[in-house]
Amino acid sequence: MLTKRIIPCLDIKNGRTVKGVNFVDLRDAGDPVELAEIYSRTGADELVFLDISATEEKRKTLAELVRKVAAKVNIPFTVGGGISSVEDVDILLQNGADKVAINSSAVKNPHLINDLSAKFGKQCIVVAIDARKVNNEWKVHLVGGKVPTEINLFKWAKEVEARGAGEILFTSMDHDGTKAGFANEALAQLSHELTIPVIASGGAGNIEHFCEAFSKGKADAALAASVFHFKEIEIKDLKEEMKIKGIEVRL
Amino acid sequence: MGLQKIVIIDYGAGNIQSIKFALERLGYNGILSSNAEEIRMADRVIFPGVGEASSAMKKLKSTGLDKMIPQLKQPVLGICLGMQLMCNYSEEGNTESLGIFDVDVVHFEKGLKVPHIGWNRITDLKTSLFKDVQEREFMYLVHSFYAPVCEETIAKCDYGVEYSSALKKDNFYGVQFHPEKSSAAGEKILENFLSINS
Repeated sequence: MLTKRIIPCLDIKNGRTVKGVNFVDLRDAGDPVELAEIYSRTGADELVFLDISATEEKRKTLAELVRKVAAKVNIPFTVGGGISSVEDVDILLQNGADKVAINSSAVKNPHLINDLSAKFGKQCIVVAIDARKVNNEWKVHLVGGKVPTEINLFKWAKEVEARGAGEILFTSMDHDGTKAGFANEALAQLSHELTIPVIASGGAGNIEHFCEAFSKGKADAALAASVFHFKEIEIKDLKEEMKIKGIEVRL
Repeated sequence: MGLQKIVIIDYGAGNIQSIKFALERLGYNGILSSNAEEIRMADRVIFPGVGEASSAMKKLKSTGLDKMIPQLKQPVLGICLGMQLMCNYSEEGNTESLGIFDVDVVHFEKGLKVPHIGWNRITDLKTSLFKDVQEREFMYLVHSFYAPVCEETIAKCDYGVEYSSALKKDNFYGVQFHPEKSSAAGEKILENFLSINS
């Protein structure tokens, strides 16, 4: 059967990883290519690079980085952060990215999803959704979760699917950074209502949290950053525990 | 660098850069080309593809590659949509395809998450394409349509239904998975393809 995926996420600024990593076997903790290679060797199923730089050279720097990663890494990777046009996506895919993730730009211009899906195929279009509960309703937020909207998470997720997204990357702003577990109820509802895969993000603190995202949250993949970067969780240990719990996993 | 000439067919479909990079990691230089003569003269041909079947077939037809590919005599490896286009027909966009493999490509049944994205096991491995590759090895896949098991099946995969994850007929090989994205085992399969003598 298809296995559940474990996806480390690397935050990139001006071509370097930020937020810090703690790998003793890294020569240069800021080099995303070196970090990506280590993750690909130690059992990561995919990687996500999230570009958070705001410089004018951003597009060029990111394309160069994608090319370097694609040359070295033999597992799939997704690139996101500030992507807002067909041209942006074309450049990234041409340089060797397997998928792109779009977020705020999809909310501002939903038709972008249709355009990207028609031109490149739905398999490479990930729509990232940041949401949190406001008055007991899950509302979509923009700009890294800073700007609230009136859009309902589940309604938006259905629309995104209908417009041709290949996967959904759902981050719960209420759980992100808490290390208290994923938003399993909302994840399970998304997974139930959608026919495309759902990637869980936000809240990973221990191995049990990942197992619950799959068992309770019915997620198809789970993404995390700091627990992997600071070696609080080794991917191998995580996958061995998943296997013991009867979750299909690539080991 | 390996001495054989490997051409990756460039018809504007999909991420061919990652196949070129995978070949480089193995010490080979792949050439991207849409030139019929250059493709015909190659020692190996890789026929990639991601995206939608009917628009990919249109591109092949507009350049005459649809007539030329089935006549190739050297080892040819179709990857993902490339493999599907080597079959008779695809339900995706109601597409008459190249007709190399005698099987029709169909959509996954309702109730399954589609696309089938991620790592799944390949089984019942046959031919030297899978030399030194373990039975039940994991490969990375991304697809919504599949080729059912048939006489030309040389590897299977199970996603709600058991289907062909690889096909072979004469000098033509097709794989549904992405060997260029399937870690060390995927690179081994690419390497095997480069040393097949047929």
